[in-house]
Amino acid sequence: MENVISPTKQSEPHSEMTPRLHTVQSLTHETRDTFTIELTPTDGGKPNRFAPGQFNMLYAFGVGEVPISISGDPDKPDRLIHTIREVGTVTKALAHLRVGSTIGVRGPYGTPWPIDKAKGNDLVIIAGGIGLAPLRPVLYSILSDRRKYGQVVLLYGTRSPSELLFRKELQKWRARFDLEVKITVDRAVDPWQGNVGVVTTLIPRVSFDPDQTTAMLCGPEVMMRFSIMELRKSGIPEENLFVSMERNMKCGCGLCGHCQCGPLFVCQDGPVFPYPQVKKLMNIREM
Amino acid sequence: MKDLGPYIKEHKFLQGMSNDHFDLLLGCASNVKFEAGEYICREGQEADKFYFVRHGRMAIELNLISQGAVTIQTIDPGEVLGWSWLFPPYVWHFDVRATELTRAIAMDAVCLRNKCEEDHNLGYEMMKRFAHVMTKRLAATRFQLLDVYGKRN
Amino acid sequence: MNQEKPDTNNIFVIKKDSLAGLFENITKAGYEMIGPKLKDGTICLDKITSLDDLPVGITDNQEPAQYRTKQSKSDTSLFSYVVGPHSPKRYVFPPRHQLWQINRVNGDQQIIAQPLPKTKLAFIGIRPCDLAALKITDRVFKGGKYTDAHYTEGRANNFILAVNCVKPGGTCFCTSVGTGPKAKGDFDLCLTEVYSEAEHFFILETGTKLGSKMISGVTTKPASKAKLKQADKLLKAAEKNMGRQLETDNLQQLIYDGANRVNWEEVGLKCLSCTNCTMVCPTCFCTSLEDTTDLRGTTAVRTRVWDSCFNEDYSYMHGGNVRSSSRARYRHWISHKLAGWVDQFGTLGCVGCGRCITWCPVGIDITEEVVSLKKRIATKKAEATAKER
Repeated sequence: MENVISPTKQSEPHSEMTPRLHTVQSLTHETRDTFTIELTPTDGGKPNRFAPGQFNMLYAFGVGEVPISISGDPDKPDRLIHTIREVGTVTKALAHLRVGSTIGVRGPYGTPWPIDKAKGNDLVIIAGGIGLAPLRPVLYSILSDRRKYGQVVLLYGTRSPSELLFRKELQKWRARFDLEVKITVDRAVDPWQGNVGVVTTLIPRVSFDPDQTTAMLCGPEVMMRFSIMELRKSGIPEENLFVSMERNMKCGCGLCGHCQCGPLFVCQDGPVFPYPQVKKLMNIREM
Repeated sequence: MKDLGPYIKEHKFLQGMSNDHFDLLLGCASNVKFEAGEYICREGQEADKFYFVRHGRMAIELNLISQGAVTIQTIDPGEVLGWSWLFPPYVWHFDVRATELTRAIAMDAVCLRNKCEEDHNLGYEMMKRFAHVMTKRLAATRFQLLDVYGKRN
Repeated sequence: MNQEKPDTNNIFVIKKDSLAGLFENITKAGYEMIGPKLKDGTICLDKITSLDDLPVGITDNQEPAQYRTKQSKSDTSLFSYVVGPHSPKRYVFPPRHQLWQINRVNGDQQIIAQPLPKTKLAFIGIRPCDLAALKITDRVFKGGKYTDAHYTEGRANNFILAVNCVKPGGTCFCTSVGTGPKAKGDFDLCLTEVYSEAEHFFILETGTKLGSKMISGVTTKPASKAKLKQADKLLKAAEKNMGRQLETDNLQQLIYDGANRVNWEEVGLKCLSCTNCTMVCPTCFCTSLEDTTDLRGTTAVRTRVWDSCFNEDYSYMHGGNVRSSSRARYRHWISHKLAGWVDQFGTLGCVGCGRCITWCPVGIDITEEVVSLKKRIATKKAEATAKER
């Protein structure tokens, strides 16, 4: 059985399409429908290294695969961390995993956030909903190398206070003097004392040097389009804006065709794109 | 009252107004403070004021009875609260509460409406600024209505 | 095969009967032959074992949404038809392909990957358009950052006996995209059939050393100038006899211009989103993945299956499809073939085989759609100029 990739023996899968098995070390519910899992490879090795913004294809036994961005710290390579929202059959199956369960992982795939390129600049990070997950590694990286950046602002919008991800970390980040965190929700009831309104309303409330600012956006496409309009008003050049796009993906590595948006393979040319590359495409219907 | 001048002049909403108009506005202005939890206005009340927020935060709320009060929007420093004073029947449509200690400049609506009627240039300047705020709020509201972060079924 | 430089100076004449010897050599060399065969009234690509399996005296008639073959008893030609619905794609990149299976054993999970294909395939009678298509799928599956191991392995073990087209079909337009009617390399051996009531012979060209080796012991003669001229004349005539023509000038820009600017309603109303065009296309490479489990839930199998951008759930994202209308799907497909592909792979995604026109149940014609798009854009531009005045 030369083709058996045994969980105990480390062996390179000969196809890009063959996952590496991982064991669930922990599963934490973030909100009603989101959870974070920590994984280690069953082969005893370390998880594959990744750059903030990249994603993996996660396989649930017999159900299928989904592309999920990595939400962990790139400098803590012992565990692979994903934050997942239950929206389809595979993510539902993943939500029912237990500590010790096995899942398949392929990747990481895709382009990273321009963390190095942004050095020396002010940073505006705009996240909507689950869009905070792929941006969390950016925050980890930046905070570990904080002096290399100017002002750092995180603007995070979500539906309601109960749907905020990473609450404890948000608290910690808010307490820092070198990081400005503004959170807003679309609607709220008592005892929420924070902002209510869409994430775009936060943009005029923070200060940054528009000529020297890099903005990174992740969330629903419409939220990114509206936010970009607002950012452009403040004078940030288009080429300093970066967005993370989403499309249907089956393979994650440019072979299955599904994720095309115009001439781009979102899985391979993205998911992180410089805004000018996708500007026109974002405005075409059914692209 | 003299000391309100600088606050009015530096408020984002009024950037670029002429000095004459500032003087006219100043005549209708007063300094106000709201404690955390204090209501600034209530739905159905006469809208005889509007506010330039200087510090703190105001929450625009709607009482849904079964779900209690839902916050629809919050107003931060540099922003303006209220346009009900512009149009008859001059009645507030929402409850507004200070969520923390909030300082603002209150504008006497009757006073300003009269001045706008007398000086249409001032009226036009105010209208332009309020129209801008309204379109922004409308766009934000439409965006909010989409419930983009929610699950689509 | 593809890595070797073509050894094009070896051109011979071979008679029909001697081809049998060539087929024997190919089989002896361990190849399974895949060639044209008449099945259900259609020229298909299937396993063949001898010259007798070839569709002798068959001609085909192809028009939009129309395909008919005709048998002539007096005709003894071997290749008087063009391409049917099959292309070599289905053998190097099968419609269904198991990737791996996963087993639960005593609480552990094990993945058993599908072994790489070992069969050596010889493609017989492959046309220049399909050679060009293989070159394109090579770029898709072998030329990028990530490669398809199964495709790569399968392609490494191919032998190709190509056939030039002297009788283009009613939906052919390879001349427009520069892929035919004469093969420009990428074969081991290539035939040009010269058939008339008076004579019947083939010009045989060797493209690789493997090709040369394969004809050892087979009766051939050096090609005389006169015979070469005869074949050339037929190929020259074929260039002019294409059933269709694709306007390729400024094509990429035209498509990109048209994406958001003009209305795609008309073709959207015609298109049934049946996926036929993508299934018969020799370069369409989209796939989906299927997962199945046994009843006990101890074994799960992952299978890669051909997919189509015309399928509704192809662009599904939590809660909705990005391209829910047929017009958007058609626009996506044609934009990919004629514009996006150029950005992605440095070549058109269309080889001019005409299959998508023939097999479209409502006869949507990609070449006509380009003309129509051009007209629509021109009209828009004219309207815009008129408004400015």
